[in-house]
Amino acid sequence: MTDLTKNPIEDIRSHRHTDGKPNVRRYHQARWDEPIIFELSAEGERGVLVPEVDEEIKRTTKDVYKNLPASMMRESLPALPELSQNKVLRHYLRMSQQNLGADFQVDIGQGTCTMKYNPKVNEHLARSHKMSELHPLQDQDTVQGILEITHKFEQILKDISGMSRFSFQPRGGSAAIYANAAVIRKYHESRGDTDRDEIITTIFSHPSDAACAKLAGFKVITLYPNDDGYPDIEALKAAVSDRTAGLLITNPEDTGIFNPDIDEFVRIVHKAGGLCAYDQANANGLLGITRARDAGFDLCHFNLHKTFSTPHACGGPAVGAQGASKELECFLPGPLIDHDGERYFLNEDMPHSIGKVSAFYGSASIVMRAYAWVMNLGAEGLREVAEIAVLNNNYLMHEVLKIKGISAPYAEGKRRIEQVRYSWEELYRDTGIHSEQLGIRMADYGLHYWTSHHPFVVPEPATLEPTEAYSVEDLDEYVRTLKAVSEEAYTNPAMVRSAPHNCPIHKIKPEVLDDPERWSVTWRAYCRKLANQNE
Amino acid sequence: MSNPETKTVYPYIPNSTDQARKKMLSAVSAESVECFYADIPKYLRMQRPLDMPEPFLSEYELKQHVQKLLNKNRSTEECLSFLGGGCYQHHVPSICDEINQRSEFLTAYAGEPYDDHGRFQALFEYCSMMGELLEMDIVNVPVYDGHQAAATSIRMACRYTGKRKALVSATIHPDKLSMITEYCRSDVDIQVINVDTVTGGMCMESLKNALDDQTAVVYFDNPGYLGVVEDGEKICALAASFDAIPAVGVDPLSLGVLAPPSSYGARLVTGEIQALGIHMQFGGGNGGFIASHDETDLVMQYPSRLFGIAPTEVQGEYGFGDVAFERTSFDKRENGNEFVGTASALWGITAGVYLSLMGPQGMHDIANGIFQRNAYAKERLASIPGILIPHNNQSHFKEFVVNFDNTGKTVEEINRLLLKQDIFGGHDLSEKYPQFGQSALYCFTEIHSRDDIDTLCDALSEVI
Repeated sequence: MTDLTKNPIEDIRSHRHTDGKPNVRRYHQARWDEPIIFELSAEGERGVLVPEVDEEIKRTTKDVYKNLPASMMRESLPALPELSQNKVLRHYLRMSQQNLGADFQVDIGQGTCTMKYNPKVNEHLARSHKMSELHPLQDQDTVQGILEITHKFEQILKDISGMSRFSFQPRGGSAAIYANAAVIRKYHESRGDTDRDEIITTIFSHPSDAACAKLAGFKVITLYPNDDGYPDIEALKAAVSDRTAGLLITNPEDTGIFNPDIDEFVRIVHKAGGLCAYDQANANGLLGITRARDAGFDLCHFNLHKTFSTPHACGGPAVGAQGASKELECFLPGPLIDHDGERYFLNEDMPHSIGKVSAFYGSASIVMRAYAWVMNLGAEGLREVAEIAVLNNNYLMHEVLKIKGISAPYAEGKRRIEQVRYSWEELYRDTGIHSEQLGIRMADYGLHYWTSHHPFVVPEPATLEPTEAYSVEDLDEYVRTLKAVSEEAYTNPAMVRSAPHNCPIHKIKPEVLDDPERWSVTWRAYCRKLANQNE
Repeated sequence: MSNPETKTVYPYIPNSTDQARKKMLSAVSAESVECFYADIPKYLRMQRPLDMPEPFLSEYELKQHVQKLLNKNRSTEECLSFLGGGCYQHHVPSICDEINQRSEFLTAYAGEPYDDHGRFQALFEYCSMMGELLEMDIVNVPVYDGHQAAATSIRMACRYTGKRKALVSATIHPDKLSMITEYCRSDVDIQVINVDTVTGGMCMESLKNALDDQTAVVYFDNPGYLGVVEDGEKICALAASFDAIPAVGVDPLSLGVLAPPSSYGARLVTGEIQALGIHMQFGGGNGGFIASHDETDLVMQYPSRLFGIAPTEVQGEYGFGDVAFERTSFDKRENGNEFVGTASALWGITAGVYLSLMGPQGMHDIANGIFQRNAYAKERLASIPGILIPHNNQSHFKEFVVNFDNTGKTVEEINRLLLKQDIFGGHDLSEKYPQFGQSALYCFTEIHSRDDIDTLCDALSEVI
């Protein structure tokens, strides 16, 4: 512990980034040593009471369980914790303080995820009972507002992508990828073309592009990048055949390099009889710039929680808006929302649809937030989003590449679109410090970054995506901190290796997480296995 | 792009000022942003502005615009609703909203177990409380919804047993059946077990006939879509006698009174968490859970994140991390189980808040109150001439079928008349379940007072 009376710390003005000096933030995250909620339980306490049953109801109904088989009755009350209301609130508030939400930081380190600002006005609108207290099976005359919002938003996405229709059923990007794979399957089946059992994807596309293709029953062929960073077109030519069902691809991929031959990729797959689905997870730099359908794609999807500003919410709720060409729209998961000239309605008349991919109509209030976001910006504003996201990225890359030990593999000297996958290979060679360790040390300064999906094709990867939501000063602070951490790796590697120092907890011993004798996914399992924990 | 004098500075885009743009372009020696798009062939460039309505640049006008659209909706706060069928109106305790609106949780995503310690602990605690409710040691970080959870549980059982045949009860939500069928079909042969029209539960005779040693799993919901509480023990025992895995979908809100499926033999338990403190949001509040015992071979079949507790370098400190991460597509792409991605984590955190507020007594009280209200509503409705309760001698949780065949009116007509009195009548089943004639699914929860139920009965007496 620092005794401030004996060891006054240095003038903290030197830590404020506003003075333009190359310093880093003096930061420490909350550390409450908060117990697990079961440890806070006190017998008999109550957090909330439920409405009493009316005496008349009790009198009339008597034994309501008389028809229930005895084995269907619970024998003892569930062993949930018992807490008064303010204890619950305090516990959760403390946990929240031990979580670094995007609102608190320059959250440009979660590349591929487009961590942009989530406008608060949209949250306020979503809390209206006119949104939050709608039942999905209400008479459609009573939900004309949300149907209209969804329909209008669909028209905007159609113009952004060039696609013919959108379904908002998928509750996440991966669900939309799965839905695209299912549409590809259904399309070929509808033509009696049942031998097509291969889907081609690329290693820099999201793992779900490969995983969902497999789930839908396809064999997966994965293309790797050539020296320019593009997926290898020769490998694609060699991969296509009369077994090819489709291509699931991202562009730009996670490297941020736009593949200029993308329409040629589509042509090659089309020529072989396959369909092409565009995973538009990385669309933020391309709004109003280039469109999926114009490159020939048959299907696409947008993550509304990325490109369209809805909050990531620790990992959902979310929407993967699935778009299809005219020819394929009949296969989309229904219902779609149509207008009959007088009113909006849920069109369930879709005999060729792949059926449901989620309950009801997906995350309607997420669509509402995305609609509010685009209606605040308009065509010019969306173009500004794309341009500034790309400008921010190229500025950031320019500054990051000045840091010792980091590089941007592939396509040297080329500009990038909205993100870059960097490599700390040189720093690792020089210091033995891994990229993950640098990322954890960044958390000591109230920032963080993410490496990459597996496998690490780029050695010692770090993926940064600044979006349009951060100022030049924000980017400078991030770069300054990254530089300081790199310097630490060279001059004081022990400090980096032993990080985190300023987070709610210290370095985790992860071995128990892969050991069936010790892993504990619930508190009850932990208590049962406690004796094994210290082995 | 635009004339500098008229250019809009966007509040969400700090660098939309001319000064910032110029400074940054100059720093990277670029004449304009066009340099960055050099790789995009000209013929793929959009040659016109996006075709969109004029924006509402000010926050006030935007808010007015969206609120005006939302005002065309009539919410269940304005009307008396008896709709259920997979999404339920319950009281949402204030603390649930207080927590899930916090920036720390709302805007976080995928930080490390260090900077996002709170997210890991909150989700671990959610899983732990669900584990107590379900009396099971393994509960996943939420998937999209109960449909997804059910479909995955069926695939898990098939992977675990190495068999392809799954028997699925027709008493589940029709949309759930549609989703399961498409989701599973490349690796699973789904056979549907029909509804027993007398009980509204699964037809035991059909189940017996369909079971054989090739059956991987028997899946049913308890209570089912029609609100009937099944004799789960009988079904699970029958499935187990053929070495098939009994998999049960359950409403967690029923478990303060009803036995957890693990106690009557279920090995995979799934369900929907929307009822646990999450607003309906036109169906956007759904989230799904999957639970099982801590059988290693079964745990290795989960596609989802499983958060486990782990020690740190400081004695006694709790840390968290991913359990058996190599199961997932995050680690192994197409060689992982199914897929994993952004789903409904915030609803998991919220459901955790709900369970900790309710506690054991609250969960008992709410389930008991719902049973009592349903029994009362059944009795009141059955006494109205023309109305029949087809499965009246069954026990119902939350909802039951009400038949109007003898009224000479369709459910559609009746519901339209009820709407005139600001009542949302039960969900019309006549299209999906023609065997039940003109029937509707009526739902009663803890928010329905005796007055509400009496109001419905009076209105129905009047309109039929």
